[in-house]
Amino acid sequence: MKFSEEFEKRFADMLTHYPTKRSCLVPTLLYAQDEAGYLSDEVIAELAGRLELTELDVRNVISYYSMLTTKPRGQYNVQVCTNIACMLRGGEELLEHCKKKLGIGHKGTTPDGQFSLEEVECIGACSWAPAVQVNYDFHENLTVEKMDKVLAGYQEKK
Amino acid sequence: MADLVSHSDEVKIVSRRFGQGAANLDRYLELDGYKAVQKALSMQPDDIINLVKNSGLRGRGGAGFSTGMKWSFVPKTAPKPKYVLCNGDESEPGTCKDRLIFEHDPHSVIEGVMIAALAVGSQAGYIYIRGEYRYLSNIMQKAIADAYARGFIGKNIFGSGRDLEIYWHGGAGAYEVGEESALMESLEGKRGIPRIRPPFPAVVGLWGGPTVINNAETLASVPHILLGGAEWYAGLGTPKNGGTRLFCLSGNLNKPGVYELPMGYNLKKMIEEVGGGIANGRKLKAVVPGGSSTPVLLPNEIDVAMDFDSVAKAGSMLGSGGVVVLDDTTCMVKFALRTIKFYQHESCGWCIPCREGTDWLKKTLTRFHHGAGQKKDIDNIQYLAENMLGRTFCPLGDAAAMPTIAFVKKFRQEFEDHLDGKPCPYEKNVAEPALA
Ligand SMILES: Cc1cc2nc3c(=O)[nH]c(=O)nc-3n(C[C@H](O)[C@H](O)[C@H](O)COP(=O)(O)O)c2cc1C
Ligand code: SF4
Ligand code: FES
Repeated sequence: MKFSEEFEKRFADMLTHYPTKRSCLVPTLLYAQDEAGYLSDEVIAELAGRLELTELDVRNVISYYSMLTTKPRGQYNVQVCTNIACMLRGGEELLEHCKKKLGIGHKGTTPDGQFSLEEVECIGACSWAPAVQVNYDFHENLTVEKMDKVLAGYQEKK
Repeated sequence: MADLVSHSDEVKIVSRRFGQGAANLDRYLELDGYKAVQKALSMQPDDIINLVKNSGLRGRGGAGFSTGMKWSFVPKTAPKPKYVLCNGDESEPGTCKDRLIFEHDPHSVIEGVMIAALAVGSQAGYIYIRGEYRYLSNIMQKAIADAYARGFIGKNIFGSGRDLEIYWHGGAGAYEVGEESALMESLEGKRGIPRIRPPFPAVVGLWGGPTVINNAETLASVPHILLGGAEWYAGLGTPKNGGTRLFCLSGNLNKPGVYELPMGYNLKKMIEEVGGGIANGRKLKAVVPGGSSTPVLLPNEIDVAMDFDSVAKAGSMLGSGGVVVLDDTTCMVKFALRTIKFYQHESCGWCIPCREGTDWLKKTLTRFHHGAGQKKDIDNIQYLAENMLGRTFCPLGDAAAMPTIAFVKKFRQEFEDHLDGKPCPYEKNVAEPALA
């Protein structure tokens, strides 16, 4: 399992920030997932080894956090918030539109592996609702038309 | 990223550096940055605590506990290291303010953590930011590195002979981790299951050491209080509710946005003037005044001062500052359902009343909204929610129950309108019943 230099540097740094090794687990899992695409058996074994945990310890933590996944996802994970502030301004319609447009449902992935779709809870963009996060990028004050443009933008990026 | 707004009634203190490029350390220094911590270094710890107490600053994370008081609970001497933990998990639906602080003024959070650490005699602070806020974590990591590079944090800060480390920490998606004891579990690399109290974190917290946990906005307010004085800060708000706070206006408003207003600002005025009134010429139906956990208010209940005590008197809570405004096209059963779906999803499952209660509420409300409800269900929803109150391991159970009770009590007619197999009368297209 090979991570980037940046990952290794951050990991080495973080180990010095806490009195226990285990403490850097949660953010480390997310950074590892960002590089590997998902938390594969190999990644889990690697991190468990480094932090002197059992693989089960690591899996128990993974299953708790909604952003962590042990299954591959599309290159762009489209996360549509339908929580109250977004719901009031069309978040659900946006989700339905994305489902139709991408031809997939909640937690589905397009056959070409480019997009995944997820209905998510509040992402902290309530005053700029409805809001969507694609991977880590926020898209706010959306309409169906704007959403199409957002998706097209990622489609072109490939 | 997120657009900034402004209104003439705003009193910009926490937001005074927004849009000024203050994430850059030099710019922050031009704007009085790191002066407050130097002042704190010249003060006795008890004097810092008393100053914060007298300022009337109360926690901006939701519960509104006196910040100075919280700090005073930390024992002077302890066998284990003491810690300061900044809560930047910001996940209460309706709340999007800490995000702006991290983006525009990350050093003010660092400075607030430092001052708290000096006040309680701690040598290490952690700034926990939710996993979704990756760009803000990048900004914060850079801010911390810049402050280290200048020697503002680390060994012998400002030549005082004192050492103080500040670290970033990140989450990976979990509302419950915002609960203070679950936050500590998460920081220790575990599932976010809350801890039993007592002992309280101020006595036994991170890795067993005394720990002060404050919301990011609370901590970002502290440097301003040190420089401006307790009297000035207290005078901005109402009795026992010092200062200003960031109100996140959202929902069916003409001008939603995050506005910094004095504590005690009138809610009606906040909606009609600051928020520009209800959008599309519709009428106001209800307001959730302090994030999704707080009981809904009716239009005739909103002539209220937005401070912790006045909103409590009105039967709700000031909470996290998330003001969600609903217009008259909103179906309250659906709104109640979406709210409970959130709590059901976020319940950590540790205790039965919350795990089972939120699940049953979700199932019953789902059935109800799809027209398959029975009259007895209305009482059942209320009964279920009332029986969760005060019976759960952490406050998430109450946070789910309280708004549900208010929805049923205040909008009973609307629940009855859903009876007898009718589809939702407030909505054109109701999807097929989903009893997931
Ligand atoms: C379920 C739950 C979620 C919470 N989420 C947050 C949060 O995201 N941010 C926050 O500052 N406080 C949150 N709190 C409140 C914290 O437990 C704690 O009271 C707060 O961080 C203390 O800081 P303060 O005194 O400055 O408000 C939450 C509480 C509960 C019960
Ligand atoms: S109240 Fe809910 S979130 Fe809190 S401990 Fe119980 S199950 Fe977990
Ligand atoms: S409710 Fe959608 S971002 Fe907060």
